[in-house]
Amino acid sequence: MTELAPVLSAIWDHEKSWSIDTYTKAGGYSALKKALKTPQTDLIQAVKDSGLRGRGGAGFPTGMKWGFLPPDDGKPRYLVVNADESEPGTCKDIPTMLSNPHALVEGAIITSFAIGCNHAFIYLRGEVVHVYRRLLQAVREAYDAGHLGTNIHGTGYNLELTVHAGAGAYICGEETALLDSLEGRRGQPRLKPPFPAVAGLYARPTVVNNVESIASVPAIVDKGVDWFTGMGTERSKGMGLFSLSGHVNKPGQYEAPLGITLRELLEYAGGVREGHQLKFWTPGGSSTPIFTEEHLDTPLDYESVGAAGSMLGTRALQIFDETTCVVRAVMRWTEFYKHESCGKCTPCREGTYWLAQILKRLEHGEGTMADIQQLLDTCDSILGRAFCALGDGATSSITSSVKLFREEYEAHVTQGACPFDHSASALFEFRDAHADDTEEVLA
Amino acid sequence: MTYDEPTLAQLTADAEVIIGRYPVARSALLPMLHLVQSVDGFVSPDGIAFCAERLDLTAAEVSAVATFYTQYKRRPNGEYQVGVCTNTLCAIMGGDRIWDELSDHVGVGNGETTEDGSITLERIECNAACDYAPVMMVNWEFFDNQTPESAKQVVDDLRAGKDVAPTRGPNKVCTFKHVERVLAGFEDGRADEDQGVGAPTLAGLEAAKAAGWNAEAKPAKTSKGAKA
Repeated sequence: MTELAPVLSAIWDHEKSWSIDTYTKAGGYSALKKALKTPQTDLIQAVKDSGLRGRGGAGFPTGMKWGFLPPDDGKPRYLVVNADESEPGTCKDIPTMLSNPHALVEGAIITSFAIGCNHAFIYLRGEVVHVYRRLLQAVREAYDAGHLGTNIHGTGYNLELTVHAGAGAYICGEETALLDSLEGRRGQPRLKPPFPAVAGLYARPTVVNNVESIASVPAIVDKGVDWFTGMGTERSKGMGLFSLSGHVNKPGQYEAPLGITLRELLEYAGGVREGHQLKFWTPGGSSTPIFTEEHLDTPLDYESVGAAGSMLGTRALQIFDETTCVVRAVMRWTEFYKHESCGKCTPCREGTYWLAQILKRLEHGEGTMADIQQLLDTCDSILGRAFCALGDGATSSITSSVKLFREEYEAHVTQGACPFDHSASALFEFRDAHADDTEEVLA
Repeated sequence: MTYDEPTLAQLTADAEVIIGRYPVARSALLPMLHLVQSVDGFVSPDGIAFCAERLDLTAAEVSAVATFYTQYKRRPNGEYQVGVCTNTLCAIMGGDRIWDELSDHVGVGNGETTEDGSITLERIECNAACDYAPVMMVNWEFFDNQTPESAKQVVDDLRAGKDVAPTRGPNKVCTFKHVERVLAGFEDGRADEDQGVGAPTLAGLEAAKAAGWNAEAKPAKTSKGAKA
C-alpha cells in the first residue's frame, strides 16, 4: 500500500491553521530564513534537482521554468502565482489557501528571492471571497513579521506581494490569458513565443506557477531535495494533492506520493458508494480523457497516465458510478467549454458551440447515428488547431467517451431518449420526472 | 457621472489605493470594477465612466473588459447572488435537481432577479469545491453538500432578513455590495471567522494520522505494485 503524505495539508486540522502564529509554530518561515542565506543559483538548482513539476496540470519542471529567465538586466521581473483554480473537478488549491495560506506566501517569497523579483502577484479567481480574505490577511501578517517589504530580515532584499482577485473566467487559468487579465484586459491567451519567461507581465521576464507548486517550495528548501525525491516515481517526484469527488464514500483531499493508484486512493476514501460500481473517472479534471476500472492500477504519475492515454492534469479524480449517463456528463462539460471559450480563435469558439448543440440533442434522444461521427469530426477540427489548450481540452472527454462507451451514445439514438434515471445518480432522494418520460418511451 | 460628491470622493480615494498596488495603473481595472459594483450593485454607466477617467481609458475599453467576466453584472444585481453549480459533477450529484426546484421556488430563471431585488439566481460553473458536491455559492461563500430543501431554506432565510452562515466561511453571508468591496481588495475583518474545516478537506490527513504516517519526518513510501 502506498502511504499518504500530508505535507501541505499537515496543519489543516490545527487551531486557526491559517494564522501566521500556527504556521510559524509548526516550523513555518524557517525555510525562508534558510533561503535568504542561500545563493540564488543554489535555490534554483535545488528546485531543479527536486524534480518538482508544475502542479497546475501541465507538469512542466518548475526549476527549469525559473532557469529560463534571461540574465538580470537591472529592470523588473515578476513572479505571478496562478490561483485561478477552475478546471472542473479541481479543488485542491482552494482548501490549501483557505487552511494554509502561509505556505503559499512563504513559497512566493522564496521563489521571488531565487529569481530576483521585487514584486510578486497572486492571481486568485474572484468567486471565493473567504479565500481572498485569508490571503489578504496572510500577506498583511507576513509584512508585519518582516517577511515582506523592504530590507527583509536585514538582507537588503525588497519584495512587494499583491493579491489580486479575478472576476470569473476559466480561461484566465491559461498563463498568458492570466497575464493579460492581470494587466487589466480581457483574459485572452497570447501567441507564444515569446514565452512569459522572456516577455510576460508588462512585457518583462515572468515566472507563472501554480499555487501547489509554489506552496511546495518551502518544504523542499526546509527538508531537502533528498527528502522530496524520496517520494514519487522515477520521473514524477514528491507528493501532490489528489482530490476525490463524486460517487465515493469519503470524498476529499488525499495528499500522497505521485504514483499512487486510484485503487489505493479508493481504499482510503472508503470505496465507491454503497451498492454501486465504478463506471468512469477523470484522472486530472475534465480536460483529461476519461478512464474506467481498467485503469484502477495505473500509477498516477505523469508518465504512466500519459502512456495509458490520458493526462495526470490536476489530479482531480471525479468518480462516477454505473448510474451515471456518460452522454449527460460529457454534454455538461462541453457546455462549460462553450461558455468559457474566450472567442479569440475560430476552431474553439465555433467548435465548442456546435459540439454542445450536437451533444444536447443526443442526450435528449433527438440525435442521429451520424451525429456521433460528427462529434468526432468536429473534435478533429479543434484538436491541435486551437489557439490554446482550452480547445484541446474540450475534445478530451468527447473522443475518449465515444471510444469507451459508443454503445451508450447509440442507445440514446435508438431509444430516442436518455436511458438513465438521473435521480439514481444524485446524492439525495427524489423522483425524476424525466424517468417517467423514459419509461413511456421504453414501453 | 451622476455620483454625489461624497460618493465620488470615496470612490476616488479607494481607486487611488487600488492603483497604488500595481506598477502599471491599468492593472487596477478589475478590482476597480469590483469597487464600482460595491457602490452601484452592478457595472453602471457611471462606474464605467469613472474607471475610464481614472485610468485614462475610453469607456469602450472599460466596457470591453467588463463584459468579458461573468462576475461583472450588467443589470442591478440582487442583494444575494445565489449560484447553483450545474457543471458535470455537481449536476449529476444532484445540482440539476437543486437548480430546478430552487428556480421554481424563487420564481426566477438563470441571471434573473426577484422583484424585491433580494435574490439573483445563477447557474454557475465549477467553483473548486467538488469534494463537497452538490455545491451552492451565495455571494461567493460556500454552501456545501446541498439538497433542494437546504437550498430553498437558505434562500427563504435570506429573504426573511435572517443571518445565514455558509458551511465554510465567515459567520454570515454579507451582502453583494459588501462582498464586492472585499473583492476590490479591502479587508473587512472577517478573515478569522470560521465554520470549522469540512470533513472532505481533512479526509486524507485523518487517514494518514490513523495509520501513523508522518511524511514530513520520513518520505512516504510508494508500494512496489504501484510502480510503473
